[in-house]
Amino acid sequence: METTTPTPKPKLDLDKVQERLANAKGRQYWRGLEEIAETQEFQAWMDDEFPNRESLKGIDRRTLLKYMGASLALAGLSGCRGLFLPQTKVVPYVRAPEELVYGKPLFYASIYTQGGYAKGILVEQHEGRPTKIEGNPDHPASLGATDPFMQASILTLYDPDRTQNVTQQGDISTWETYIRAAQQALADAQGNGTSVRILTENITSPSLGAEIKRFLAANPNSQWHQWEATSQDNLTKGAIQAFGKPIHTYYDFKPAKVVVSLDAEYLMSMPGSLRYSRDVADGRRIQGKSGTMNRLYAFESMPTITGTFGDHRFATRASDIETVARAIAASVGVSGATSTGKLPVSQTTIDAVVKDLQANKGASIVLAGQHQPAVVHQLCHSINAALGNAGKTVMYTEPLEVQPVVQQDSLSQLVTDMNAGKVSALFILGANPVYTAPSDFKFSEALSKVKFRVQHSLYDDETGGQCEWHLPEAHYLEVWGDAKAYDGTVSVQQPLIQPLFEGKSYAEMLAAVRGAMTTSYDLVRSALMTGADSKAFEKEWRRWLNSGVANVPKAATISVTPSGSIPAQTPPPAGDEIVFQLDPTVWDGRFANNSWLQELPKPLTKVVWDNVVHMSPGTAKRLGNLADEDTVELTYNGQTIRGAAWVLPGHPDNSFTVHLGYGRTRGGTVCEGMADENLGGEVKREPWGFNAYALRTSKAMNIDGGVTVKGVGGYTQTATTQIHHTMKGYDIVRSGDLDQFGKDPSLKPSDAEDVTELQKQDLYPDQVFAYNGPQWGMTVDLNMCTGCNACVTACQAENNIPTVGKLQVKKSREMHWLRIDRYYVTEENADENNLANPETVFQPMMCVNCEKAPCEPVCPVAATVHSHEGLNQMVYNRCVGTRYCSNNCPYKVRRFNFLNFSDNQEQFNTQVPPAAREPKTHGIELLRMLNNPDVTVRGRGIMEKCTYCVQRINEARIEGKKLGRDPMDGEIITACQQACPTKTIVFGNIADPKSEVTKWRNDPRAYRVLEDLQTRPRTSYLAKLRNPNPEIKA
Amino acid sequence: MAYQDIDKVPLIEGDQTFSSIDRIIADVPLQQKRHNKKSWLAPTGVAFIFVNILMVTVGWLLYQGIGIWGNNIPTAWAFDIVNFVWWIGIGHAGTLISAILLLMRQQWRNSINRFSEAMTIFAVMCAGMFPLLHTGRPWVAFYWLFPFPNILGIWPQFKSPLMWDVFAVSTYFTVSLVFWYIGLIPDFATLRDRATNVPAKYVYAFLSLGWRGSAKHWHRYEQAYLLLAGLSTPLVLSVHSIVSFDFAVSVIPGWNTSVFPPYFVAGAVYAGFAMVILLMIPVRKMYGLEEIVTMKHFDWMAKITLATGLIVAYGYSLEVFYGWYSGSKMEHSLLVWRMDFLHQPYSWAYWSLILCNVLIPQMFWSAKARQSWPCLIIVCVSVNIGMWLERFVIIPMSLMNTYLPSSNRMYYPTIWDFSMFFGTVGFFIFMMFLFIRFVPAINVFEIKDLLHKLHREKASKTEEAVATTGGKH
Repeated sequence: METTTPTPKPKLDLDKVQERLANAKGRQYWRGLEEIAETQEFQAWMDDEFPNRESLKGIDRRTLLKYMGASLALAGLSGCRGLFLPQTKVVPYVRAPEELVYGKPLFYASIYTQGGYAKGILVEQHEGRPTKIEGNPDHPASLGATDPFMQASILTLYDPDRTQNVTQQGDISTWETYIRAAQQALADAQGNGTSVRILTENITSPSLGAEIKRFLAANPNSQWHQWEATSQDNLTKGAIQAFGKPIHTYYDFKPAKVVVSLDAEYLMSMPGSLRYSRDVADGRRIQGKSGTMNRLYAFESMPTITGTFGDHRFATRASDIETVARAIAASVGVSGATSTGKLPVSQTTIDAVVKDLQANKGASIVLAGQHQPAVVHQLCHSINAALGNAGKTVMYTEPLEVQPVVQQDSLSQLVTDMNAGKVSALFILGANPVYTAPSDFKFSEALSKVKFRVQHSLYDDETGGQCEWHLPEAHYLEVWGDAKAYDGTVSVQQPLIQPLFEGKSYAEMLAAVRGAMTTSYDLVRSALMTGADSKAFEKEWRRWLNSGVANVPKAATISVTPSGSIPAQTPPPAGDEIVFQLDPTVWDGRFANNSWLQELPKPLTKVVWDNVVHMSPGTAKRLGNLADEDTVELTYNGQTIRGAAWVLPGHPDNSFTVHLGYGRTRGGTVCEGMADENLGGEVKREPWGFNAYALRTSKAMNIDGGVTVKGVGGYTQTATTQIHHTMKGYDIVRSGDLDQFGKDPSLKPSDAEDVTELQKQDLYPDQVFAYNGPQWGMTVDLNMCTGCNACVTACQAENNIPTVGKLQVKKSREMHWLRIDRYYVTEENADENNLANPETVFQPMMCVNCEKAPCEPVCPVAATVHSHEGLNQMVYNRCVGTRYCSNNCPYKVRRFNFLNFSDNQEQFNTQVPPAAREPKTHGIELLRMLNNPDVTVRGRGIMEKCTYCVQRINEARIEGKKLGRDPMDGEIITACQQACPTKTIVFGNIADPKSEVTKWRNDPRAYRVLEDLQTRPRTSYLAKLRNPNPEIKA
Repeated sequence: MAYQDIDKVPLIEGDQTFSSIDRIIADVPLQQKRHNKKSWLAPTGVAFIFVNILMVTVGWLLYQGIGIWGNNIPTAWAFDIVNFVWWIGIGHAGTLISAILLLMRQQWRNSINRFSEAMTIFAVMCAGMFPLLHTGRPWVAFYWLFPFPNILGIWPQFKSPLMWDVFAVSTYFTVSLVFWYIGLIPDFATLRDRATNVPAKYVYAFLSLGWRGSAKHWHRYEQAYLLLAGLSTPLVLSVHSIVSFDFAVSVIPGWNTSVFPPYFVAGAVYAGFAMVILLMIPVRKMYGLEEIVTMKHFDWMAKITLATGLIVAYGYSLEVFYGWYSGSKMEHSLLVWRMDFLHQPYSWAYWSLILCNVLIPQMFWSAKARQSWPCLIIVCVSVNIGMWLERFVIIPMSLMNTYLPSSNRMYYPTIWDFSMFFGTVGFFIFMMFLFIRFVPAINVFEIKDLLHKLHREKASKTEEAVATTGGKH
């Protein structure tokens, strides 16, 4: 190619330029020094229309063609991505893993960790994409069951609001930059003699513990603090007071005949709750005409599923529980347990309970809730020792935490040091102390005095907003890890997918700062490895991964006797009482960005998306006839908050329970609350509920007196999924005492319609259900149902059920296929005591698959039809959305997509204006990955409902067909059945006389809801039983 | 207005001839300038605003889904079906007047049949919008609801009352439209002959289908008209019976009532006549039709309104009686839910319904009230409100009270529910005013026929009273 020599640039006369500029008047605009110098060349260049034509002239035709040809060829090369250019798209397996069959899910054992304690899970994975969490039957903390948190954790994996990048003061940065900065900060701290701190939550993980210890060893000026809003401080302190050291306690409910709960929600909120639920339920499961049941007493303040499940529930103010504990302790012979308080129940009641306990020595449990003061826990240890329960039903082990501390003191020390300027670097791993720390600590103020502030967590929350560095934490399905279960069993957390974003585990992060670029896999393996890395260990390791339980020696049970003397009773706080409790759905606030949990009805109140101020009907009356949703003002310790009142039967008088975890202001689109659209352009978010942490001080973390509550007029809009609480005398839930059951095992109400008589009156010949081939049916044992909501969330996860947001729930459009109805049962001529603390029953209600389904004949397009196996099917493609089927459904179990709920996988978007969700739109794609590929995603305008998990039935049928047989009994497990910790739900072939479901269906307690309508439901319910102590009057 | 002995009021007032009738009626569409006055432009303009509101609502509805309304679970049907049933009912007077009264040789119908038939057609159009648009996916509903052989081999569910609705309403609309049009042919020919404006002449010539008024034409016309009247007659009873089956065949307390078919038909005629009276009063005034639609017509229509109103009131009392007599807890709770005005939030709807549909119409027992414009207007407005409330009480209120009390939830309409309803009201009025402007609102040739008969009877010295009762000829 010929080149043209550029004409030499004329020399610029700088003097001339300066002269001109000096003489210039006013503001001058110039394009270059040449212009000011007014050179001839510049003038020529200016006047020329194509000043660069000289260089163009240099290109001849051939060159031009060569360039053009080359450009075309190179442009075409971009189509060859994947051949030799880097491939950016995902490709299918070239050589698929051996066990992979397209369309067949694979299951991997792993663990889910909450509050530091592990529960075993099996994760369903479709072509590399985790879609569903199931319990691991081999894991002692799960036994195959799940709780709602485990189910909903899969949504967090795909949550587009999760922190995606390393950020420094809000700007995207890289891990490398951060590691350099962290190492520099550590070196600086070493240099100037200041201190480095790590703040974590509860940790039982051996690998993370080892890594933290390595970090502490490498940085002698460092300290480790722990803080968890759900702290077990009272348990720890109680154990120290009783045994002199922080012994860990867990229970074995299997042999327990009598359980006394002192405000302990052992069926829901303890690390071993899933296992406890199973064991407690097994102790009262009755099949046939007779049987025995354990007896559960509960003294509790806020009504919980534990109290309502049992046989006796005494509404007791939280601050009176200690008096009850002392009275029981004194009666069983614990010295020094004398009480000065006034018993909230009669002495005869206590005597009867104690008599029952003493009759079951070694087979009873007395346990206290974690929000009860240390002394109550100490009393429980003494009572259990006196009853000979220790080692039989109450187990003691060395502490499971890596380093058990009293977390409140630990955090307090950190705050003091930060305020004193001693701390120059703080690594916050997971915790959100700005939001959860006691309000008098003023954590956020203290934090601002630290120079190098790092938060490593799933969400950029309130704490993240005040940290210089924010690091994305890998979701537990993305990295290796390990943790101990409630009983000390060690399990490996096995990842299912590469981190979706840039997340790393805490251990990986600490190792990287230490300078070791190891992976979480190596860290976990080395922490659990006892000997050298050998082939034998590899084999063992694989076995651990397969079973989900690591065969490393777990903490052995030890035998201890409580030796500490019981301190004298401090008088209970005066005035009205306030109790801070964990929220049953968003926990301490950590699940606030999880719309499944936000929209999960709270077991007792059925409130969604909000927390409320719970009070008893008596107290509400005293405060001027307050009703649900009335705005009340809570004044406590000089702080004031406003919230919605909620009148809850069964709540003790003069006591107010508030749930923590709401009023979040940062941490994702879902948790930040409802957008106020009236502000034209600018989006103001109104947080869900109120922040109860603002009232909580270190003086009284759980229970205190001196709160004033008053109605201030007006309403606080609160959404609830159930507004009627009684059965209006209809025969919906049957229940009865054990001795009633002995007389009439059907527990049928006297005024129930005679259904057989009705069937005889039918004009038409009986529709033929010849029961050829399998006929699907289900039984729900109401005696087993605790109302824990696990099935509701499991159903949501299995069936791609969208959430709809608070406003839509308020309009009664929630989509849950399975709901748990809660009814209060009051006897005829009930006295006031019975009305204030009524018997509560739960009834899981989903499509009962009527044999004569009223929904079927009314659908004009035949979109809901019966299958030959007795399923009432929904043909989504066919549905035009007349909603007639729902109108004609007596059970109201059908759900309608009034808006485009499922496509807007941001789900809550109906209440978030576009401006607020704009940056997140790509998140919709991410959330779609969550969907179960076996279940149709329903668009707007379509009716949907439970079909007994027909996709699972079909899968089993296909498998059976290959082997030339029908599905076997127990082969098909519905999602709700699988999640249920108490085995309430049984599903199977009712045409098979030997099947489990047939046995339950023919049980004397079995009945069909609304049977007198002749719909012939395939779901049977079994009456609820109670085993009250005859010596205690209800 | 002073009270008159209604027997002495003639069916046609004034000294009319055939040409004066032509002038009075046919000049309304022919002299288009007469309409460029506020009396036509103002109501049409206001109605057109509502037509636009309707279009916006329907557009938003199709874009967003029916979630813009207040419907929910358990109240999956609310304003949509309330409005549907209400509009279908309004239409019924037209068919009753044109078909049944024709077969019964009630000559007084001649003055009002065209007008009320037009009302039927527009009311059914309004009604038809709701069942289609209330579905979640109207674009699919549009063809899956019609039985046609398709490669899927799937037919609609013929057991479903909604399916029957599709047949009933579409048949009703088709027959009404054809009936109306056939009746218009001789009148279009009159307009063609009288029109001076050339384009109008062409249009009316086209519409009159070559009508020349020959004896053969008249013979065939009479036969066709009678046949169609025979076809329409069962429709008066069947359409609303079938609409009532939507509710009667269900298991929902408050819906599952066997008295519904007759009670719905009576209610439909009740509302329809009230609407005819209500619309006829201003139109008659505006276009100087007082001599053709006389007080006699109003008096008789008011009597029919009263009679059907009493049937409806009987229906209400039966509902209460059977609710109590059934002994079913569910039925009892429904009665409480409807009637307990101290505790139940929507009980006002029930008691307003009783006021509007049972108490206020009793005024019509008095001949003075039947001849007083304010009374006629008050009663007819209250009957139309009452009939709307009746459907509200039956449809959403029954749904809110479910078998499992856990599902009982409140229903509240949204602004879109109201805009859809008032939009269709606007559409109806808009269409009625267009109809008055372009089509003879009263049957010209039938009035001539009536006039001829009246004159002949006078001439044959028959008692005048006999002729005016229209019983014989």
